Amino acid sequence: MNMMTNALQVAPAGERELTITRGFAAPRHLVFDAHTRPELVKRWLKGPDGWELAVCEIDLKVGGKYRYVWKKGAGADDGMGGYQEMGMGGEYREIAVPERLVNTELFDMDWTGGETLCTLVLVEEGGHTTLTNTIRYSSAEARDAVLASDMEKGLAPSYDRLDALLEEAAHAA
Amino acid sequence: MTPSERLDATFTALADPTRRAILARLALGEASVAELAEPFAMSQPAISKHLKVLERAGLVSSGIAAQRRPRRIEAAPLAEASGWLEKYREIWERNYQRLDALLEEMKQLEEQARKGKPQ
Repeated sequence: MNMMTNALQVAPAGERELTITRGFAAPRHLVFDAHTRPELVKRWLKGPDGWELAVCEIDLKVGGKYRYVWKKGAGADDGMGGYQEMGMGGEYREIAVPERLVNTELFDMDWTGGETLCTLVLVEEGGHTTLTNTIRYSSAEARDAVLASDMEKGLAPSYDRLDALLEEAAHAA
Repeated sequence: MTPSERLDATFTALADPTRRAILARLALGEASVAELAEPFAMSQPAISKHLKVLERAGLVSSGIAAQRRPRRIEAAPLAEASGWLEKYREIWERNYQRLDALLEEMKQLEEQARKGKPQ
């Protein structure tokens, strides 16, 4: 029996897609419910520290719309450029309980260059579910910007080393 | 330049020890090409080539001055980041950790319902 990693993985696919993969120790009908029942979605889809999903409306049918609005609580992490609220929404294109969900997604502030298409697939094996969410961006540039920022996080230590080098040079004068 | 191209240009710029040394010198203050070339066993044209790479990455700018055109260091590209993009992965990791906990609860409720126990 293999040791499957449950850890979050983010990888590019094709020209303008990102694939998010994560394993869960639960049957897929529960994972599907957690993604589609508002009282459950609010419990986990919270965003940055101190933010809550204040509005969560889901009309779960093909052509039905959903709307999420995150609001910043007091003392919340402020790396969000001063935003107090972040809204997002879209429409369901395909629904196959409990294995597949396809919907559009667009943030009010539209930082992805137009709406994205999200395809959620749940595969279960012996009570364990692998979730794959494929996000298709409107362009290769939009996808690359998200990917670059993800890589940037991994490269932050390199920037720190440069800072240290510059500081060293300044003091060596 | 796309963000991806900008990242490439920045890392190309930093991947050379002479260019890193040039940046370190400029951190102390403006300098002309002649002043920058001095500590290296390198001609001014060679230093200018390095400077062009740094300028393309936006790490160095040349002052609009007379002939000497001193170079300055520009910190903005190194500090470039934006709230939601930068935190994308962190946010999703934490969201999924919360989902792990919620799923545990849901499994227990289901188990109890199956056994016919009061919740």
